[in-house]
Amino acid sequence: MENNSRRGFMGKAFGAVAGVGAVASLYAMKKSWDPLPSVKAAGFTTLDMSIYQENVMVTEKWRGKPIFVLKQSAAMLAKAKENPRDIERLVEISGAHYMVCIGLCTHLGCIPAFRTASNDFKCACHGGEFDASGMVQMVPPPRGFDIPPFKIDGTKLVLGEVGPEWQAMKDNGITL
Amino acid sequence: MAHFTKATGIADWLDQRLAVNKLEKVMMSEYWIPKNINFLWAMGMVLVITFALLVVSGIFLLMYYVPTTDGAFYSVNYTIMREVDFGWLWRHVHGVAASVVFLIIYIHMFTGIYYGSYKKGRELIWISGMLLFVAFSAEAFSGYMLPWGQMSYWAGMVITNLFSGGSLHADGLVEWIRGDYVPAQAFLGRFFMLHVLLIPLAIMGLIGLHFGALRIPHVNNQDGEEIDFDAEAKKYLDGDSKNSKVMRFANDFMSKDMMVVGVYLIFFFYLVFYNYGFAMDPVNFDPADGLKTPAHIYPEWYFLWSYEILRPFNIDLGLVLFAFAQVIFVLLPFLDRSPNTCAANRRGKPFMIWFWLMLSNMIVLTAMGKLPPEGIFSTIGLVAAVLFVAMWLALPIITSMEKKV
Amino acid sequence: MKNKEPLILAVVVFFTLVTYYLVEPFAHGQMHKHVESEGFAYADLPAITKTGNAASGQELIMNAGCAGCHSIEAAGMPAPMDPVMAAQSYGVNPPDLSNAGAVFDAKFLSDLIKNPAHALNVEHKFDAAKGQMHPMVAFYGMGGDIDQEIADMVAYLQSIAVKAEDVTPTIAFETACGRCHAVGYEKWTQIGEKPKFKHEKDALAFDIKVLEYQDSLKAYMGKLPPDLSMYIRSRGEHFINTLIENPQNHLAGTAMPRVGVTAHSAEKVIEYLEDAGDPKRHERAAIGVNVMIYIVIFAIFALLWKKQVWKDLH
Repeated sequence: MENNSRRGFMGKAFGAVAGVGAVASLYAMKKSWDPLPSVKAAGFTTLDMSIYQENVMVTEKWRGKPIFVLKQSAAMLAKAKENPRDIERLVEISGAHYMVCIGLCTHLGCIPAFRTASNDFKCACHGGEFDASGMVQMVPPPRGFDIPPFKIDGTKLVLGEVGPEWQAMKDNGITL
Repeated sequence: MAHFTKATGIADWLDQRLAVNKLEKVMMSEYWIPKNINFLWAMGMVLVITFALLVVSGIFLLMYYVPTTDGAFYSVNYTIMREVDFGWLWRHVHGVAASVVFLIIYIHMFTGIYYGSYKKGRELIWISGMLLFVAFSAEAFSGYMLPWGQMSYWAGMVITNLFSGGSLHADGLVEWIRGDYVPAQAFLGRFFMLHVLLIPLAIMGLIGLHFGALRIPHVNNQDGEEIDFDAEAKKYLDGDSKNSKVMRFANDFMSKDMMVVGVYLIFFFYLVFYNYGFAMDPVNFDPADGLKTPAHIYPEWYFLWSYEILRPFNIDLGLVLFAFAQVIFVLLPFLDRSPNTCAANRRGKPFMIWFWLMLSNMIVLTAMGKLPPEGIFSTIGLVAAVLFVAMWLALPIITSMEKKV
Repeated sequence: MKNKEPLILAVVVFFTLVTYYLVEPFAHGQMHKHVESEGFAYADLPAITKTGNAASGQELIMNAGCAGCHSIEAAGMPAPMDPVMAAQSYGVNPPDLSNAGAVFDAKFLSDLIKNPAHALNVEHKFDAAKGQMHPMVAFYGMGGDIDQEIADMVAYLQSIAVKAEDVTPTIAFETACGRCHAVGYEKWTQIGEKPKFKHEKDALAFDIKVLEYQDSLKAYMGKLPPDLSMYIRSRGEHFINTLIENPQNHLAGTAMPRVGVTAHSAEKVIEYLEDAGDPKRHERAAIGVNVMIYIVIFAIFALLWKKQVWKDLH
């Protein structure tokens, strides 16, 4: 058929136009799966750091995940200072140091338990252990507890917002 | 084991296993359509596109809709309309498409009546089509329940009350349908299930049946001419496409289908963005309140004609006539006793008048169904309802007197 | 063979438009009689005849005892009691007067101070002759020309308020409507916007306060004024405007008072309701334009393809 090549062209052109519409629809569909504004707005938790006591591990909540807050005692701090990576994990507010991290084992996501006798964390799932500053002290976890983005606001810590201290931790590879 | 040869490419590999070439010929390139048709023949494709829009928009609504009496209204009007990106778009598309699909169904139906596309050999196309109308009606009704607004609740209340059967007082049946004394959580849950799973499956099955019933008799044409499809197809395939009376479904007819779809979508999206009030009734933006009936309640426009057949009479007669109205269209192939398969204007004055009068009367019934049942509106509605019944009773008589064209 | 398609299209379009007209504009016109707006002119209220002096007005307001019920935050005068207690005493929380001068019409304010039930159009409920007094005490004058005194008081209220053109949707709504109507979708309750609470106990305590307030309001009004979150879509702009102008227009015998807003404030109230019930309207209009352009292009390409394919068929 003589017109075959031209009819093919117009058909392909129409197909291309229809394709543009399909791609636009796919974009709209992708956006419909994005987290809702109310979810993103709820993604900030403010912690009043003045209420925590040394040696007492408190579990808070941020974005549905547990957050371990452990105010460092003098002994913990001394131990942390021995290892430069350890001391960099701690957050300093008003002269006190705190371990603030996401309470999920970096191996496969279980919540490790805090052992008051030894001031460390033991994960029941595969036996991993973390010390009082969140560093790994027994495998299989591949790295220390992740640290949530935070911003220091006086004596408060706002989780979910990025402050310079956290940005430094991220840049130095302390946390992901 | 059947004989398989080394494939010459992907197409050949699939063809040896799935007979895709044969399938493509039967469904697309050698499915022959008469040339003597007009754009009304594209309404089927328009319906397929609209159904596809309903399914896709429905899928996205389903991701965020909460099927509880406490959560439904909020999930639709806050979460989907305000929070979800493009959620408002899916809802508008879904609501407008659900209403417009009935406009196209009615045009499609009346095209079939006008051209006699339900006669001799095509009865199952007509019957499966009417079953699709019933399935779409059930789908629309069940879907309308879901936002759980005032109209949802009271439509649910009124329609389930129909099953009490008037003087039969089958209140037990009504309670069983609802799963409660009034439309409540059980009712919402089961209509959610029907709307999202069962009826869509039934519709897809019926569409398959509808297409299957169409394939052998082939599509009708404007003159009702009985075409020798094999002979005309041979003419086309031998190179004489200009003189053949038929064309391929794909791409010949499909290109015209797409053109009609293009124009339709202009109209459709205009409604979605700028003029959607007819499909998203304001009354349904009030949350359901079982202790307060709205001042004016009415079904969606496409149910108004049969609602108006129910209204003017006492409940028992009304229910009988209402049931009559639902069923009578299905019987059309058997009530039309004439030997003619052709356009209504060529079948003689009686049927032509019958056609235009039936169409106009259904519009009158539709209008009266929306208006408050007072004064002149009641009277017109009563006359129109009686006329509807009379016309169907007269149909076998006037058609049996038709001369062969 | 003559091409009948234009005629067929005309017939289909004709019947569709007739059906649409009868079912939509006509039927809705029959169901809801059209009420004409008077443009917030408040023709029934007496015209203003005096020019007010704000300084005198300030003194008058201090001495007339308005602050016994009303807070005036802009003048540093806090509310005499919390909203819940106020509602128990008066039925509804008396409004803060900081922005009253900008949100409400001057004629309305003048008449309101002199005769609350009359200005608010609730004389059918608060009939002085039958001894049913409106909770707001009328101003009987401080010894001078009462109209001058009232003009002074109104001038003072206008002086402490934001400029009329700076009335925002939030100011307009919260001042004129918010003490009776909640708007759940904007987290607005009759006692103020619901704050975020860390502890569930505090959130529940707040909810209880709202419910107590609503009980008093319900007793005062006869039924709880509805939540307005979706009212812009269920009632529409015209209905709401004519309702605000005079509730008796649409709901004869209602306890809802005429709130006496200016036309500008009414516009802002509508905007507030649109932001609550239809916040995506701008996005919808913008995307609508793009979609319409695209779909016309789509149809044109389909037409061109069809013409190409059918060259062989005619």
